[in-house]
Amino acid sequence: MLVFVARRLALAVVVVVGVIVVTFAVAHLVPGDPASVWAGPHASAAQVAAARKFLGLDRPVAVQLLSYLGGILRGNWGTSIHTHRAVLSDIMTAAPATLELVITALLIAVVLGVPLGLVSARHPGRPADQLIRAGSILGVSMPVFWMALILQLIFSQKLHLLPAAGEYSPGLLFSHPLVKRTGFPVIDSILGGNGPMLGSTLVHLILPAVVVASYPAGLIARMVRAQVLDTIGDTHILNARALGFGEAQIFGRFAMKLAWPPVAAALALVFGYSLVNTFLVESIFDWPGLGSYAAASIATLDTPAILGVTLFVAIAYVVANLVVDIVQAAIDPRVRPA
Amino acid sequence: MIETPTLPPLDASLPRGAALWRGLRANPLLAVGGALVLLIVVVAVLAPLIAPFPGDAGNASHPFSVLHAPSPAHWFGTDQVGRDILSRVIYGTRVSPVIAVIVLVIACAIGVPLGVAAGFLGGWVDELIMRITDIFLAFPPLLLALALASVLPASLTSLTIAIAAVWWPWYVRLLRGQAASVAGRPYVESCRALGISRRRIIFRHILPNALTPLLVQVSLDVGGVILTASALSFLGLGAQDPTPDWGLMVAEGQSYFTPDWWLVTFPGLAILVTAFAFNLLGDGLRDLLDPKRSLLL
Amino acid sequence: MNIPAGKLAIRGLEVSFGERRVVSMDELRLDHGEIVGLAGESGSGKSMTTLAILGLAHTVGATVSGSIKLDGQELTTLSPPDLRAIRGRRIAAIFQSPATAFSPVYKVGTIFTRALRLHGASKAEAADRAAEAMRQVLLAPDLLRRYPSQLSGGQLQRVAIALALALRAEILLADEPTSALDVTVQAEVLDLLRSLRESTGMSILFISHDLAVVAELCDQVVVMRGGLIVEQGPASQVLSAPTDPYTIELLESVPRLASAP
Repeated sequence: MLVFVARRLALAVVVVVGVIVVTFAVAHLVPGDPASVWAGPHASAAQVAAARKFLGLDRPVAVQLLSYLGGILRGNWGTSIHTHRAVLSDIMTAAPATLELVITALLIAVVLGVPLGLVSARHPGRPADQLIRAGSILGVSMPVFWMALILQLIFSQKLHLLPAAGEYSPGLLFSHPLVKRTGFPVIDSILGGNGPMLGSTLVHLILPAVVVASYPAGLIARMVRAQVLDTIGDTHILNARALGFGEAQIFGRFAMKLAWPPVAAALALVFGYSLVNTFLVESIFDWPGLGSYAAASIATLDTPAILGVTLFVAIAYVVANLVVDIVQAAIDPRVRPA
Repeated sequence: MIETPTLPPLDASLPRGAALWRGLRANPLLAVGGALVLLIVVVAVLAPLIAPFPGDAGNASHPFSVLHAPSPAHWFGTDQVGRDILSRVIYGTRVSPVIAVIVLVIACAIGVPLGVAAGFLGGWVDELIMRITDIFLAFPPLLLALALASVLPASLTSLTIAIAAVWWPWYVRLLRGQAASVAGRPYVESCRALGISRRRIIFRHILPNALTPLLVQVSLDVGGVILTASALSFLGLGAQDPTPDWGLMVAEGQSYFTPDWWLVTFPGLAILVTAFAFNLLGDGLRDLLDPKRSLLL
Repeated sequence: MNIPAGKLAIRGLEVSFGERRVVSMDELRLDHGEIVGLAGESGSGKSMTTLAILGLAHTVGATVSGSIKLDGQELTTLSPPDLRAIRGRRIAAIFQSPATAFSPVYKVGTIFTRALRLHGASKAEAADRAAEAMRQVLLAPDLLRRYPSQLSGGQLQRVAIALALALRAEILLADEPTSALDVTVQAEVLDLLRSLRESTGMSILFISHDLAVVAELCDQVVVMRGGLIVEQGPASQVLSAPTDPYTIELLESVPRLASAP
């Protein structure tokens, strides 16, 4: 088991290095000459040359790459052009809000997707199945930015059922101020025993989380259906039936136990995809997370910030896959090499 | 129809005639998907004839018809410069789906040869190609496409390049799997022993077998590429005004959204319906061609 | 004159997939403590009979008509909960490939105790009965803590039999239980089945395409072909003086090392 973890970890490190190299490559695709940009439109050739030297652009590419790599590892991810702060610090400030959103969305997706997938697999081909399948495909076909706008229109503007934006009601900052401990409003409210704030944060989470949950829910429902249908003809299922287990146990326990591994792997995938989807959704809901930061960076063509976020999300994605792989190996003896 | 190659097929080939008809009947989702896709293609082809105001798809401006709500004259209303949204949505079928096709053609052009090389030749070629592929696949597609598109000048061309650059690795993986299974078969080893050229094996056995799964994968991917492209245009990294790109239209309509809901609703709906249609089609095709799965329909 | 009803009495059983009839059985009886062999090649409907008896034919899309009586009680008209109470508890089944009979992601013992608790045993009782049953099939009880992939085919088949024992099943439907095992292991499993019949009076419906094995073990032999019973009677009679040409064919295809019984 330890060998497996070590090997998997080593692989992850290699991939992360590769990711950093790719990010570096993208950074250097920027058309135009950064040195001239830096030196300004009226600079002389000598000044541009000096700028190039100052920026380290006169060194060979390999050296630049190594220095970039070193910087990343030391925590120097550049300075954001639109906030004028260190990119890494911007990211760390914004990350908790996004994580809270994505984790909530994934929870919703699992709670919705797994039962629906099971229902779908129970009577394949029948109306319920066709409906759920259509719904799942709708979920994975949804343009999230559009869904966000529409839901906001319907539930906030027209029906006045849910708040339109923000993490919590601004008024509560005065009456029931939130003590920041973890940076996650929901957790902080619970830790601080702040009832009204907890209620507010949860209500504000609903719309954004439902939007982000659409893709994962659809994917999970389809996956559960496919996995369960795949195993339902197996001998051990027949055996379980012959032992007297009811259909609920057959599907919910025996078939599902085999379906969890691929679903877990899918969770890692949708974690990464959902992080990126927040780029399209957060600004619509004024959600102060990575998504809004990324969207603002894109709008201002703030390359260091864009690349910083890209790197961060990619690394988070690699870590998510790593964690899922290790957990799977811990649970299922077959995954580990003998 | 697809010619059945001499090697036993690794995957089912498209059923013909009666079997195809039964497949369609048993799988209503596939039928609906297919019909919708056909509709979209027809609309795209006949756009100049169907659109009530073809000129509005381009650089037009009608100051007296600005921001009109949907009405008999303008079924989908008009936008902030008075252009008919229905016409623009119709012309939009010429933008996203076409981009998707171009992206996937490029992705296949790069991915298929690399995948076949990796799977068939094995060894260090395989290792090298797969390591590079793995690193690209370590990024969620939209993320890397976004990063790429942001450093290139914003245009549909940049968008196409950015997405294609991110999509080809999936095809390397797919083809590698196909090529590797064929290459490992005893039949192929005896072919090699007999001196039959590698090229012949690739063209006569690997590629025909791989065609069906490739086709399924492509149809499944069209929806994804359309969503990615519209997301990038929404962020301002792709299509620019006056191109009638749906994602761009949603972005433009965002500022007027609260009273004037139609600017965002209809283009977005078009994205949804188009992605949905292609996903239905791809899903249905996959079910049709998977012998085990089709029994459970 | 009243013919005793028998433990399991099948009459006029028909199993069909839509239009296609795969089993058409006039009469089959299993008495208390009897081992009846159901022989025939693949596709003769033997396995479908097992499914029909368990009330599970619908799970593969087949329809069943006719009468199946357990101790006089009609099974085909029972409600699903009643049927589930009987499955495992009174009628147990073991299948052909022991390696796939148990879910690969559960420890064998987990399924064992769950099944026992499903049929009313308490946690402690279940553990005790499991251990006892394992000893009866000559296996160490702590093998229950292993995953199926960690046990051999023979061991797994014995665990399956142990499970039927622990559940105190009255009838065991054994569908090709030894076909996937090597000859020596086969002999052990057959011995086990025989001794079970001696000690518990369990009735066994032994299904196999291998007439030699059937000959060794069974009291009665029923030969099936194309879903129909072509011959049935006491083993010694059917094997030494077969009347149906198909039975003769089957007998002739069995390689003989020793002389006929």
